[in-house]
Amino acid sequence: MPYDIQTWVKVAAFSGGGMAMGFGAIGAAIGEGHTAACANEAISRNTKLSGDIFKAMLVGQAIAESSSIFALVIAMMLLFTKFPEHVLTVPVLFGAGLCMGLGAIGAGVGAGYPAGSCCTGMARQPAMSGRLSTNMLIGSAVCQTPAIFSLVVSFILLFTDFSKSPVSPTWAAILGAGIASGFGAIGSGLGGGLVAEASCDGISRQPETTTQVTNVMLLGQAVTQTTAIYALLVSFILMFKTFPETHLLAPPMALLSAGICMGIGAIGPAIGEGFAGKSAVAWIARNQYQVADLTRVMLVGQAVAESTGIYSLVIALILIFVV
Amino acid sequence: MADPITGADIVKAAAYIGAGIAMGFGAIGPGVGEGITASKACEAIGKNPKEAGLLTRTMLVGQAVAESTGIYSLVIALLLLFVV
Repeated sequence: MPYDIQTWVKVAAFSGGGMAMGFGAIGAAIGEGHTAACANEAISRNTKLSGDIFKAMLVGQAIAESSSIFALVIAMMLLFTKFPEHVLTVPVLFGAGLCMGLGAIGAGVGAGYPAGSCCTGMARQPAMSGRLSTNMLIGSAVCQTPAIFSLVVSFILLFTDFSKSPVSPTWAAILGAGIASGFGAIGSGLGGGLVAEASCDGISRQPETTTQVTNVMLLGQAVTQTTAIYALLVSFILMFKTFPETHLLAPPMALLSAGICMGIGAIGPAIGEGFAGKSAVAWIARNQYQVADLTRVMLVGQAVAESTGIYSLVIALILIFVV
Repeated sequence: MADPITGADIVKAAAYIGAGIAMGFGAIGPGVGEGITASKACEAIGKNPKEAGLLTRTMLVGQAVAESTGIYSLVIALLLLFVV
């Protein structure tokens, strides 16, 4: 055999590292660019506050950057760690890189939105600067959670000993786990960012509604994170369940398909829930006497948008446990 | 060991992959579309709170229609898994 296992392990480590950092750089750069654009606009509107706005921009960009730093860490690990020579190391390295790379996209873009609207808001309402920074920090932190889920899945993949598992269905389970958490994080990061953006905007327009706006922002963001949690759940099942050895093609394909189904199925609902949360928060700021009605409609609308994410979860679980 | 992968096995594997792709990609559109509907409903209720009941009803009907493609995906995925 001209190529030994060590060669394939290296191939997987280098291509996985490339994917981690390549995909992982997309989101943070877009988010930070948006923040910088808003900061420039804000400074041109209110030049006297340039110091504060500049500071807020840097803090916001630092948070958006964190997701791509996770990707950098995983890429470095893939490049410089010596991995065991085992067939299953190949999908592990490939899956971990893909998971962290894709997982960093949504969080990076999402965290840029509240940071941008915080800068704009400071120029509009300098008295609320402190409160705006707090909301930006909370909102951006929530946006980072799906990237952290991806990081956790990548670390578990890299540090679990799969050498005793049967090669045949386990390779697909490993890849599926990476794909599920990687794609599954895109929508939740973006959706959470949309809601947080509206909250900074709302506070700067109507400072007296700060409490209601923050409460509904947290509620709306929590709902957008649910599909990323489904994806994490599917990843955990795929990583920790022991599958019987098989020489057939269908069982591994079912596991791979479960990961694709849950990962991609989580994107749309989370973005849609983000839109719903964004409008609800924006209009609670403008019309604070309608908090009850708007919260109810937001939750009902988000629940309906969630349904397709739940269908994906059901199909993924059927693929893992039934067929 | 003898090669156990037969034509029927490949067909089954393709059906599983197809089910995952159908439901995965099929979930994107309805999710985003229903979210936009809910977003506009919130906006409309904020502008005109007296019509909250009518607006919620309209939102739900609109979302139900947008949901249909998600249900088609679910049906196709289940058909691929259990029938075909």
